[in-house]
Amino acid sequence: MLQSGKEVVCVGLLDNIHMAFASLWANKMRAILTMLGIIIGIGSVIAIVTVGDSLTGSISDSMQSLGVSNITVSLTEKSSDDSSATTTTTTGRGVSIRMFGPSQPADEDLITDDMIADYRTAFGDEITAISLTETMGSGTVPVANSSDSASVNITGVNLDYQTAESIDVTNGRFINQNDLDGTKKVCVVADQFVSAVFGEGVDGIGKSFDVTVNNKVYTFYIVGVYQYEADGTVALTSSDVTYPMYVPLTTAKKLDSAAAGYQSFTVVGSAVENNAAFMQNTEDFFDSYYTRNQSWTVSASSMETMVSTVTEMISTVQVAIAAIAAISLLVGGIGVMNIMMVSITERTREIGTRKALGAPGFAIRLQFIVESVVICLIGGVIGIIVGIALGTVGANLLGYAAKPSLVAIVASVGFSMAIGVFFGYYPASKAAKLDPIEALRYE
Amino acid sequence: MAEPNMTDTPATARAAAPLIDIRDLIKTYYIGRPNELEILHGINLTVWPGEFVAIVGESGSGKSTVMNIIGALDRPTKGSYLLDGIDVQSATDRELSAIRNRKIGFVFQTFNLIGRTTAQKNIELPMLYAGIPARARSSRAKELLAMVGMGDRARHQPNELSGGQKQRVAIARAMACNPALLLADEPTGALDSQTSRNVMDLFHDLHEQNGKTIVLITHNPELAEECQRILTLKDGRIVAERKGSGVRGTA
Repeated sequence: MLQSGKEVVCVGLLDNIHMAFASLWANKMRAILTMLGIIIGIGSVIAIVTVGDSLTGSISDSMQSLGVSNITVSLTEKSSDDSSATTTTTTGRGVSIRMFGPSQPADEDLITDDMIADYRTAFGDEITAISLTETMGSGTVPVANSSDSASVNITGVNLDYQTAESIDVTNGRFINQNDLDGTKKVCVVADQFVSAVFGEGVDGIGKSFDVTVNNKVYTFYIVGVYQYEADGTVALTSSDVTYPMYVPLTTAKKLDSAAAGYQSFTVVGSAVENNAAFMQNTEDFFDSYYTRNQSWTVSASSMETMVSTVTEMISTVQVAIAAIAAISLLVGGIGVMNIMMVSITERTREIGTRKALGAPGFAIRLQFIVESVVICLIGGVIGIIVGIALGTVGANLLGYAAKPSLVAIVASVGFSMAIGVFFGYYPASKAAKLDPIEALRYE
Repeated sequence: MAEPNMTDTPATARAAAPLIDIRDLIKTYYIGRPNELEILHGINLTVWPGEFVAIVGESGSGKSTVMNIIGALDRPTKGSYLLDGIDVQSATDRELSAIRNRKIGFVFQTFNLIGRTTAQKNIELPMLYAGIPARARSSRAKELLAMVGMGDRARHQPNELSGGQKQRVAIARAMACNPALLLADEPTGALDSQTSRNVMDLFHDLHEQNGKTIVLITHNPELAEECQRILTLKDGRIVAERKGSGVRGTA
């Protein structure tokens, strides 16, 4: 008859939640103001995490589309304190480089076709593709039957470029060996470029157009159309988009009167998992050509390493800002504790009555912890909604698609409950320990 | 000090064990401190099941202390207290909670209904702490509301009820777990004479029809006169004990 078991807790939980809501409803304004601290805390953490995740996501997405496993081999300046570059004559030149910014390598410093051919021979089947490019810059193309023009970014490419950059030719063909040998004025353009210049549904193959580059006008014939995928940035109108356009490498070099060498090229390794070793071997291979070069050497890097560097940087900043935001959560928690203390003082007689009616200490404690958790949970849920809204607005302002983090949301719900329990425990225990006689006498 | 042996307890009840059995009760506050204060100086009190007993006394006589001890809100400093055969002196806090919950129904002068909580929910409260399932609580609460003539006020909150109505809800709440003892502390103290009459009639009904044991603590001699037995408390001792009329007053 007199057993007082834990079944009371189970039976009472729903009633406790109901009582908590009734009590909060009775002091609506106070409850909202108390929640505000939690709302601001959770909201700002979620907003920051959402913006940060969107940024990271967009960056790694656009880098992924460029091919993360591709290795970029490029000329880099030897730093003056680099032991291999330290010769007595470099000192003066090294200083001038520093003072006047990055310098351009001279023609004799460039990576030559011979070196690349040797490299291809040396590594053989470790190499899937070597992509060589020559940037001609941006040009404008007049739109048929209109005064508008479309922008293109012209790049001279070799055969391997298609493999290295995963160009999806949907109509016609890519640049071939014949085009390269004959320095032909042919090009591969974007499907959307064809629609923009010639109109919707027009087959671009065989069409020719004039493109103005650096005040010179060239005529190119379309031999292939590829499927264009916009990168992360959002363009307001189609005229703002600059479509990549590919021409034979030899043509680009000839039109640009460019030197025979390359500042950089892209290699696709046959085994992605061995990329780190492959990169090291590549650097070692080219080092032999540049040991006597006083200011230039060759380094290999991959998108993979760049992506992880950028991502790490963003998440470090993100964690730092979120930690600052979390301080407001602490302040919010203290606010909850304060209001629970007030609530318990106000309801001293109620607590006394409950004890006289047979409420054991743990039932009183549970009642007030539930109330504190309910405040924090409601605040947390509102905070999540506010945070996602703010984060979405923030991400859109920066021009990225918002990616609300599910982990952050689940963690926020858990964390706000934890705040409720943590900051509710002390006031609730105080209530549970009240002497019923004193409490009943309290005015 | 005369031992309170002269009772008019019914023979049937006398054969059973007493409901309240207090022996040589001493209650001291601030033990071991310079302001140590002995409030009760050796109380002997026996209440048999089915009795309607009044405890009267001026303020400062120790009434509240006696009530707190009878109500298991406090423990005796010395002496023994058996409530329905359970030793209150040695009970733990949790056991005291359970004793208050199952054995005692409190009726307070100031009603002490929980605010912003309907009459029905107030009545369900002791049953909630007793671990009775929601459905059983609800039907028992409705039954009790009907018994005190408040069947149509189940969803009203305390601030929507008059003083007399509040006290009737409070009495229904005290009856929720069907306690062995109804302990009423100045139950009519905050009510006008007409509503006081109604509340006293309700106690008489519970005593006569349900056979409830009732201990009424009051300073009002007219109300005390309606009980079967009247104990007078003065300066922490029971100084007089006599029979009451046991019949309802008219005013």
